[in-house]
Amino acid sequence: MEVDSVFYTDRSGRVTSNPLLDQLPSYQSLLYRRKSSSGGTKRRGSSRTRLGSSGSGKWGVSTISRHEEKQKSQTEQRPIRELTKSMAEKRRDNTQRMEEARDLSSWRQWRRSTRRNVRRLRDDAHEWLNSLKLWRGDIHLIEGMFGTGILSYFSFLRFLVLLNSVIFLLMFSFIMLPIILVPHASGNTTYNQYDGSECSLYPSSSRRGLVIFHEHITDLLSGGGFLEQTYLFYGFYKVDKIHFPNFTYNVPLAYLLVTVAYLFLSLIWIVKRSATGFKRNLVQDEDRFQSFCNKIFAGWDFCITNENAARLKRSSLLYELKTDLEEERIKQKIADRTRKEKCRIYVLRLVLNLFVIGVLAGCFYSIYVATIVSQEAQLNDEKENFIMDLIYEYLPSIVITLANFITPLLFSVIINFEDYSPAFEIRFTLMRCVFMRLTSIGVLLFSLWSQITECGEESCICGYNHKLYSCWETRVGQEMYKLTVFDFIIIVAVTIFVEFPRKLIVKHCDCGLAKWWGQQEFAIPQNVLEIVYGQTICWIGTFYCPLLPAICTIKYFFIFYIKKVSLINNCRPATRPFRASSSNFFFLGVLLIGLALACVPVSVSVAQINCSQACGPFVNYNTSWEVLPTTVSQLPYGVKTFLFALSSEAFAVSFFVITCLAMFYVIALAGAHKRVINQLREQLAMEGRDKRFLIQKLCQAQRVSAIRSPVSKSQPRTSRSSPSYHTSFSNNFSESVFLAHPPPDSSTHV
Amino acid sequence: MGNKQTIFTDEQLDAYQCFFYCRLHGRYHELAPHLVPMDYTNDPECKLPLALIVNMPELKENPFRNRIVESFSEDGMGNLSFNEFVDMFSVLSEMAPRELKAIYAFKIYDFNVDNYLCKEDLEKTLNKLTKEELTPEEVELVCEKSIEEADLDGDNKLSFADFENMITRAPDFLSTFHIRI
Repeated sequence: MEVDSVFYTDRSGRVTSNPLLDQLPSYQSLLYRRKSSSGGTKRRGSSRTRLGSSGSGKWGVSTISRHEEKQKSQTEQRPIRELTKSMAEKRRDNTQRMEEARDLSSWRQWRRSTRRNVRRLRDDAHEWLNSLKLWRGDIHLIEGMFGTGILSYFSFLRFLVLLNSVIFLLMFSFIMLPIILVPHASGNTTYNQYDGSECSLYPSSSRRGLVIFHEHITDLLSGGGFLEQTYLFYGFYKVDKIHFPNFTYNVPLAYLLVTVAYLFLSLIWIVKRSATGFKRNLVQDEDRFQSFCNKIFAGWDFCITNENAARLKRSSLLYELKTDLEEERIKQKIADRTRKEKCRIYVLRLVLNLFVIGVLAGCFYSIYVATIVSQEAQLNDEKENFIMDLIYEYLPSIVITLANFITPLLFSVIINFEDYSPAFEIRFTLMRCVFMRLTSIGVLLFSLWSQITECGEESCICGYNHKLYSCWETRVGQEMYKLTVFDFIIIVAVTIFVEFPRKLIVKHCDCGLAKWWGQQEFAIPQNVLEIVYGQTICWIGTFYCPLLPAICTIKYFFIFYIKKVSLINNCRPATRPFRASSSNFFFLGVLLIGLALACVPVSVSVAQINCSQACGPFVNYNTSWEVLPTTVSQLPYGVKTFLFALSSEAFAVSFFVITCLAMFYVIALAGAHKRVINQLREQLAMEGRDKRFLIQKLCQAQRVSAIRSPVSKSQPRTSRSSPSYHTSFSNNFSESVFLAHPPPDSSTHV
Repeated sequence: MGNKQTIFTDEQLDAYQCFFYCRLHGRYHELAPHLVPMDYTNDPECKLPLALIVNMPELKENPFRNRIVESFSEDGMGNLSFNEFVDMFSVLSEMAPRELKAIYAFKIYDFNVDNYLCKEDLEKTLNKLTKEELTPEEVELVCEKSIEEADLDGDNKLSFADFENMITRAPDFLSTFHIRI
């Protein structure tokens, strides 16, 4: 170790820091730093001011004590348990505070004790609320065994269960409850008139005569037959207004507004939840170069208590570090690429992307064909046999599931040829899979729409094909219902018939197949895509099938337990670890894409397509959206003009301009902050160098003065057998005037 | 805890949440039932050795268990009194503020206890994390890169200021640096 005037070595050769450094205000103040609003617990939002050291005698500089008295009043606010001192010191502080409390007036005492009690009450309430959270024990177990990455998947699932139950509550209380309450609250309903035109003809689909048992099952699985004219589907709500004793309840308006409300509520809830993840991700992306430090110092999950999980965590950390080193090497390789190689790579990438687009187009076309075949088979009255019926009903779902199974494998093979960096490869494959999954629903709906609005050669009388689809919303609702049911069946079937046998094979059989296949990995991205797909269907389908959120809640409830059992018994964590911080953002980002995609079909069908004349609440209107302008025109004059003004072009344009201005301002602010951060970072580095320089100079000066005066007042260095710091940060210097310790080889050293 | 009654004074309970304190005392007691008294009002002197504490299920699989216990002990050798035991688990709980955790994380990773995270400290940390499965060149490279990332004042080691600056920007720190008990 080189001889350094700033850092001394003691006799045993260990480097102890210069005591001068320990006395610096910056070091002392690090102990009681101002709290940032994002750190620590959620309850403490307000930042507290800086506190000085509460031990006054140690520094021996008189100016400090004045500063300190001012600070002492602020120490009151900070609970003792948060101070970074040893227990002995905390107890001393506590007795000190008790003594001070006795000196205070009774008003202050009462204020202090109420504040303390309120804080304690708040803490207890928080603890109690936390204990009420659904599946707390199960998630705790999963976290201990598999770490925080997989934990985030399960807490995401819990969030979706909550979201769906809230949406169902909305639909139930605003649409179903009034209808159910009509006989009990002595209201009467006005139904939509059957005005004799052929558009209002709605043949009953319930089966008559002797019904064979398997037809009940077909009905249950496809939403037809006895299920069609129930609360389950849109067609049942053929109510116009409900007249209660005190007021009139406008059901179509409520239906439309609840639809808008649940989409809006989902948006706000997701954005709120992703706000923290987004902030963190922004910071992380900016400091991409911090990845090594993050892995070493924040990589090990202290929650792990299981030996297997520890071993897996270690291997995943190892893998991550090796991947990072590999990325560094690849970055170097990319920088060294010649022009010819670059051309070749770009051409290859273009060809492969075209191939991917071709594959996607093929999948979408097959979904379109399957939907048309399925619809025609359903409208055909000849029923062949039970199994064929079911297959025709579920043909679109089967094709979508097959496509979603094959394409990820294809994508992961193709990406190997495209020669991207490993991190980008993962993200790009994921993006392609997300696009595939969510667009397949859109294609299904588009093919349904083309069927519904096509009436052969002539244009449709009622705006839709009333001969084939007397109640097209119910038909769409049935398709969504079938998709949900099939999705659930597939998840259960894959778990039971693929994952469990795989585990048995790998465990007991020693053949090549077992070795090649390997043990099941809990692939987080694919699982997340699965449930986002289900949730998108739920969002689209709720308008046509108001009970769908309840069905989805129950479905996700069961999926939680199925996945948990499968995880614990069959899986090992993925070798490609998914970090908790970025995963939250990824899940919610994909969910937002799903929500955006769900809004499109709903808004198109509400605003564009003529609603059915034979069923549903909107029979008296041309499109579902029309109920809103009709109601607004019946409002009092002032409110009407105000609402019209809100929807006029002038307002829209000025709103748009103001939003753009606000956005530009925020972007400029963010850019300015980034620049300030960089400047401050440079300044910090410079200050560190200044500090070292000054200390060196000071030590030189002291050395010179020590050599000049032969009788030095230097105290022997307090030899410390214990480490130079421990839980108490107190410096045990008793001298009031501090002198530097001379270097070890000085002749004056005692 | 069961049917035994643990006795604390009000001020002791005030410093921490009541149930947390009692639960921890139960765990402390079960590590050495003959040594640990039930009555704490007279502030008994009782320290449990390092070897007993690192065998707790929450710490057993942690590669840094020895360093964790040592940095909370007054004598630096890992013998924890009950207060230090409570200190340790409260800092590592999810309710401790970020600054407090950063201070103790720095102490834990500082193997040679010199107030700096030098290259040897980093190498030891890395080897404990990966159980020495990286080649020496890779270890060297990773340590170099980490110091490069976090060192602000250019002295080739991480002071507490460097460490704190880096750890506040590490996104996983709060979620991984906690133990549930």
